[in-house]
Amino acid sequence: MKTLQEIKDIRAAKCGQVDIRFNPDTAEEAVKTYVLVCGGTGCQSNHSVEVMDELNKLIDAAGKKDEIQIIQTGCQGLCAKGPIMVVHPGNIFYQEVKPDMVERIFNEHILGGTPVDEYLMVEELPNGEKIHYVDSPFYKDQLRMALRNCGKIDPEDIDEYIARDGYMALAKALLEMTPDDVIKEVVDSGLRGRGGGGFPTGKKWMFASANRGKVQKFVACNADEGDPGAFMDRSILEGDPHSILEAMAIAGYAIGATQGYIYVRAEYPIAVDRLKIALDQARDYGVLGKNIFGSGFDFDVDLRLGAGAFVCGEETALMTSIEGNRGEPRPRPPFPAVKGLFAQPTVLNNVETYANIPQIILNGASWFNQYGTETSKGTKVFALGGKVNNTGLVEVPMGATLRQVVEEIGGGVPNGKKFKAAQTGGPSGGCIPAKSYDVPIDYESLKAIGSMMGSGGMIVLDEDNCMVDIAKFYLGFTVSESCGKCTPCRIGTKRMLEILEKISAGRGEIEDLDKLDELAHYIQANALCGLGQTAPNPILSTIEHFRDEYEAHIIDKRCPAGVCKALLNYVIDPEKCKGCTKCARNCPVGAISGAVKQPHVIDSAKCIKCGACMENCAFGAISRK
Amino acid sequence: MKVSSVPFKGTKDQEAKLLEVIAKYKGQKGALMPIMQEAQNIYGYLPYQVQKIISDETGIPIEKIYGVATFYAQFSMSPKGKYIVSVCLGTACYVKGAGKVLEEVEAKLGIGDGECTPDGKFSLEVCRCVGACGLAPVMIVAGDVYGKMTPDRVGGILAKYE
Repeated sequence: MKTLQEIKDIRAAKCGQVDIRFNPDTAEEAVKTYVLVCGGTGCQSNHSVEVMDELNKLIDAAGKKDEIQIIQTGCQGLCAKGPIMVVHPGNIFYQEVKPDMVERIFNEHILGGTPVDEYLMVEELPNGEKIHYVDSPFYKDQLRMALRNCGKIDPEDIDEYIARDGYMALAKALLEMTPDDVIKEVVDSGLRGRGGGGFPTGKKWMFASANRGKVQKFVACNADEGDPGAFMDRSILEGDPHSILEAMAIAGYAIGATQGYIYVRAEYPIAVDRLKIALDQARDYGVLGKNIFGSGFDFDVDLRLGAGAFVCGEETALMTSIEGNRGEPRPRPPFPAVKGLFAQPTVLNNVETYANIPQIILNGASWFNQYGTETSKGTKVFALGGKVNNTGLVEVPMGATLRQVVEEIGGGVPNGKKFKAAQTGGPSGGCIPAKSYDVPIDYESLKAIGSMMGSGGMIVLDEDNCMVDIAKFYLGFTVSESCGKCTPCRIGTKRMLEILEKISAGRGEIEDLDKLDELAHYIQANALCGLGQTAPNPILSTIEHFRDEYEAHIIDKRCPAGVCKALLNYVIDPEKCKGCTKCARNCPVGAISGAVKQPHVIDSAKCIKCGACMENCAFGAISRK
Repeated sequence: MKVSSVPFKGTKDQEAKLLEVIAKYKGQKGALMPIMQEAQNIYGYLPYQVQKIISDETGIPIEKIYGVATFYAQFSMSPKGKYIVSVCLGTACYVKGAGKVLEEVEAKLGIGDGECTPDGKFSLEVCRCVGACGLAPVMIVAGDVYGKMTPDRVGGILAKYE
């Protein structure tokens, strides 16, 4: 147990060491060298732990333990260039650090003071010029609020969080504000749910606040980030877990709940471990538990692990799952704020939503709502992936355009290919075509063009991606994840998938587009939960924006992007073919014939369209049509 | 869900551990899933016999436990191979060619999603997003993550686990 004064003392003592990572230019002379090594899932998968071990060995051998400190952080954001290492003072970033590179960095930079140019993290500008990462748009153009501590502090050390004003918002709420003041601040901030729905957070809290102290209530956190291609919440849990615990305690105080639950995917083992460590430390310091800061308020949090069911990201299904049942949704109303977990009033928010709360309480609603657009305040974190140079996490103010995110921060589409569309909102969202590149990213604008904000997955597609195939991919996902409770979703999505499969197999008829449209609207109107109601979005938006591509599949029996196998033909250009026989030798089904030094021919009846011949041709004589 | 025909070989030791777990959660609300998750960690899978122990000890009807076991992808009623191979088919991996990586793994191992090789060495799972999208496409073998995968690397990687 620590008193508020003791926590303030920790902050004062620790501040200097942490500040330098945030304000490298203004921080006072550093007494130590800090080496930050990213320990997020992406970088750990790339062996960042071995990098750290190697560095530890070198520090030990040199007897510099007191002068050099290694800090394992959460996600730094630019996963594509991992493992990432940052050296302070200097704020020098290294990319793709392998264990055998560590010795040079240690000797030349950490001991010698001269950064190793070859290993620096660089960004190549469109004109070919290379600049250090900290001067790049990816680093400079972001506004990090929810991710403010990610990648900069040690998530397994509560003191580092405290040095960043950690648990001061909770102290302020408990000691200086009434529960209604807290709710008012959140309402005034304009914060809306970051899980996808966009419901005003403060309003949700207000609904749940009735009958404070008279009934049992719960605070829950949705960390079941199931949207494939999205990892914002995972990074926050891995990089700054205490911010979520603090926010949940604040929510508990606001509505009058004493127990919280975090429902986190079992597929995120690092996040689960860090949450467990954070929970132990928070209880040890008394910022969770009985009589927090002597205010008389009790609050504790338990973890519940998901077990691999996408539908459990839907709020009512999530609560059914926490109760220990099959995670099937139930009809709303009643809404969780009235009748939620164990039939008690419950506030359920997403991880990123909570991550904004402590800063709103500390700095006030008007600080928060200066960012963003009229109806969408603050920032949004996106997991930028697919055909984009800088895959990773980016946080931008609401209202930034897709072009800014993809072209400037994301560094554009690789290999000189053309941007075709961006998919947001995952299986519930839609594709934003190139013509809407300048649409501001906020809840309303995205909805207006047939997509949605979603939880923040943003997958960039280029000319090599087939839109029919993308729609089929999402429908396949929905079909396998449909819980089966309601008919429109269980059967309707399956029928839509079958029609899409027919189209990509070259058996589509033009009436199929009308059938898809009719089914889609029926499912939207009648499915029980969000998963079913939004399942048709990937189809509707691709038909709307890329109808010509569907028609090419149906009428011309052709896949313009060259993806749908049944519609492809491999042909050998007799002019370019040298008759080397390599293609014939590599064909798994013996579909290629021809004499040595004579042009070869592919028998399209035998061909299984695996592409092995094209990959193996040394003369570029084989093409896909 | 595939129900295994492999005879149940649970030990007394495993049962003692399971009983300990059940005792730990006694009286807690919504404890069924955590118990099942820990039971699967103990036995490697959740056969009928294990579900029956949970039912007898907690008083939760076996049909409810079976219902939960079959609902969630994480629970398995057949034993898994020594090495679990997962190929991520999340969107970021998919658009970068994870489908071809999966095809190659299926061809090399001769099994499909959710199956186990006859020698009990490998089982194959398709997973949806492990959150390492920066490394797409991603394949995981026995907990080791292989990023930026291409079909031609599959054979060499699997050979390491022979």
